[in-house]
Amino acid sequence: MNQVIDRRLNGRHKNAVNRQRFIRRFKRQIKQAVAKAINERSITNIDSGEQVNIPADDTSEPIFRHGTGGERETILPGNSEYLPGDKIKRPSGANGKGSQASNRGEGEDDFVFRLSREEFLEFFFEDLALPDLIKTQLATNVEQQKVRAGYSRDGVPANINVIRSLKGALARRLALRAPYIRELKSVTEELESLHEDSADETLRERIRCLEESSLQLKNRIRTIPFIDTFDLRYNNRTSIPKPTSQAVMFCLMDVSGSMDEQRKDIAKCFFILLYLFLTRNYERIEVVYIRHHTTAKEVDEEEFFHSRETGGTVVSSALELMHDIICQRYPTNDWNIYAAQASDGDNWNDDSPKCRDLLSENIMPLLQYYAYVEITPDEHQRLWHEYQTVHASCKNFAMQRIDTLTDIYPVFRKLFKKKIS
Amino acid sequence: MRKSFISEDSDWSFSLIRRYDEEISRIAAAYSLDTYPNQIEVISSEQMMDAYSSVGMPVGYRHWSYGKQLLGIEQRYRRGQMGLAYEIVINSNPCIAYLMEENTMMMQALVLAHAAYGHNSFFKNNYLFRAWTNADAIIDYLIFAKNYIADCEQRYGEVEVEHILDSCHALMNYGVDRYKRPPRLSARDERLRQKEREEYLQSQINHLWRTLPGGGQAHREVVHDRFPAEPQENLLYFIEKNAPLLKPWQREIVRIVRKIAQYFYPQRQTQVMNEGWATFWHYTILNKLYDEGLVNDGFMMEFLQTHTNVVRQPSFDNEYYSGINPYTLGFSMMSDIRRICENPSAEDRCWFPDIAGSEWLSTLDFAMRNFKDESFIAQYLSPRLMREMKLFAVLDDDRKRQLEITAIHNEQGYRQIRSQLAEQYNLGSNEPNIQVYAVNIRGDRSLTLRYTQNRRRPLHQDTSEVLKHLARLWGFTVRLETIDHKDKILKTDECLVENQ
Repeated sequence: MNQVIDRRLNGRHKNAVNRQRFIRRFKRQIKQAVAKAINERSITNIDSGEQVNIPADDTSEPIFRHGTGGERETILPGNSEYLPGDKIKRPSGANGKGSQASNRGEGEDDFVFRLSREEFLEFFFEDLALPDLIKTQLATNVEQQKVRAGYSRDGVPANINVIRSLKGALARRLALRAPYIRELKSVTEELESLHEDSADETLRERIRCLEESSLQLKNRIRTIPFIDTFDLRYNNRTSIPKPTSQAVMFCLMDVSGSMDEQRKDIAKCFFILLYLFLTRNYERIEVVYIRHHTTAKEVDEEEFFHSRETGGTVVSSALELMHDIICQRYPTNDWNIYAAQASDGDNWNDDSPKCRDLLSENIMPLLQYYAYVEITPDEHQRLWHEYQTVHASCKNFAMQRIDTLTDIYPVFRKLFKKKIS
Repeated sequence: MRKSFISEDSDWSFSLIRRYDEEISRIAAAYSLDTYPNQIEVISSEQMMDAYSSVGMPVGYRHWSYGKQLLGIEQRYRRGQMGLAYEIVINSNPCIAYLMEENTMMMQALVLAHAAYGHNSFFKNNYLFRAWTNADAIIDYLIFAKNYIADCEQRYGEVEVEHILDSCHALMNYGVDRYKRPPRLSARDERLRQKEREEYLQSQINHLWRTLPGGGQAHREVVHDRFPAEPQENLLYFIEKNAPLLKPWQREIVRIVRKIAQYFYPQRQTQVMNEGWATFWHYTILNKLYDEGLVNDGFMMEFLQTHTNVVRQPSFDNEYYSGINPYTLGFSMMSDIRRICENPSAEDRCWFPDIAGSEWLSTLDFAMRNFKDESFIAQYLSPRLMREMKLFAVLDDDRKRQLEITAIHNEQGYRQIRSQLAEQYNLGSNEPNIQVYAVNIRGDRSLTLRYTQNRRRPLHQDTSEVLKHLARLWGFTVRLETIDHKDKILKTDECLVENQ
């Protein structure tokens, strides 16, 4: 008998394993393709899937088949002009099969497919690791967070849950009063029935007795406490470890006259790369943009990259601002703090030692990582040399020079190279 | 009398599918189509891509090449270069047909008629399928194969298994018996016999490769003969039985690939007929539904548009041309046979005296049962169809500067075109004729294959890669001699294997 089955709810990705195997097998080629894509294309839209081309030769599955040459006779449809014996020029394709040959030719181009965003970034970041991330995570895991977890019988007065406690008290009072009230009721009923003929001595005696017990019962009822320690309920809280999964990234950039558009582009790519890199490791990321010439200012992204200033350069102004912002808004026990600074190396000469001191004494202890890139083909100036002393004393301070856009990726990799332990 | 329409709009539902299935089944029975029971499965387009990339096997072992298929299909589908196949049908009992969730009601009905009745009856009745595949056992066997290979991966490592599978896939087309009928498949027996077979096979190989003198005159005579005594066409079979260094589990994998190749072999030989038959029946059945007043005009217009797309044949000089469309050729031939039976012309009476004017249903049924593409075309391609399709023959001889038109659709050309087109569907001449020729048993154990050239056609440059795969399985040096029809050796390719 025929049957109709709805299979739509069955697994959708039966072939996911095979897909994984393909990617594993051609890992080397895919990595090359990814590296090439990163070097060539603008990095600003990197955060999406990527089309990957692999030479068809590498993925082909060879079989025994005929090559071109020899004699072959083919039947084709759609003859509108030829007569037997006609000679025609061999089409430019290697074998004389007209458009069929060229169709096949197309098929033998690169094998093209698409990596998902995750897969793409996986390849991109494969050899990278956040500096000392694991250490930080272990450390921050000590942070505890209190969450509500029902009610408990004991606690501190501040945590008393009034409604819950009074509900309990009400129930207790009702429960404890019930037998007395029942007794009082029967006593009262008997009293009423006896009241009329009070001549009898024994009866009077009985009435007095009943009245006494009625009084006693009322007393008892009255003395049941409105609220008892037994009734008290406290809000209960348990503590669970709170992972610090948030990071703040400071982008510092020199916008003085010497930084032209091209250098800003390079800086931008570097910042975006760092941002992407952090997205992989933190749930939530805030970015603070600080631009500076002689004074520093916190700005939004748009202004950061597109406005242009003239004049001299005082780097320390930006560092001071960053330090202030950290102190005010990003306590180090809640935030992982990263900073990236891009500059052309220009600085007011006397300011450079100040920067050095600011960094090594005030700022570096607060940061996870500080990356400095100098975008200049020229000789290093004083700032670079001062920074080198910071680099010598702080392990989490990195510096590199970038010349062109294509340098970014290698430099980035160098900065965040997996530490070999 | 007019019945009411089964459905009015394009949305489908399970109850409607059942309704259409009842009607189609009734009509199919009236045309005496003999089918396996149907198992109709509704799936999503993602699942369709999945099914598509495992070459239609409902259960497949794991291999990267299926992942490659999937990625390629996803890419083309995403870029809109390719619509998904409307249907996949599996030669099993019950016959599994997939309906895609996105299809309209008309498409579901079309697929039902096409796959669940057309292909299904072809699978059940064509002589090749009857002789070479066992629809009852295939699903079980595929499950057995999948589990066995997964088990090997656990035991010997994914990479090892992948190597063997790569090599087997390279030779898959040479893993079929073209003439001999194979024993029937059964997963249970496979499992039971497998252990036994392992031991037996290993002992056989040990015997063949025994280096100690066996003693006696008889033995000496045997080794002087060429081994194998006759050339062997089934390379994978030869390797499974004779490769000296394969471990038992590797032999089993060779066997699995070989069995699956064998299972698909009839499908490769009957593409035109199979699609033609299914297309003919969806056309006939849906028209019948319309004639009976069960479907409305909108349904029919939509159907005709789809059907016309399916059987479209661009001319050779059209940019969309990519070979002869098997749906067109098959459908036209099937319809043409019906025409010859019902409405023969004088020409038909002359060319097809035995079927002109006969009962079309039984004639068509006979054609479906007893032919494969090659013989079907050689038998039934009519002059009228050749004229309609404007077929012509082109000779490409690499010794000449120009191509030559050797035949067109005229009185002198009909026979040549027909036999040439039939030849085009002959797998035996499409695939290079390569056979095991000899094994050097007493010396370096090298394996020699022979490629018999046909019309001087050389082998593709892939050949050296395939030889590497063959050498991996064989374990010793492999040689491929290209010979002409006078047995003269023209060229020798070699893949050396260093062994101590």
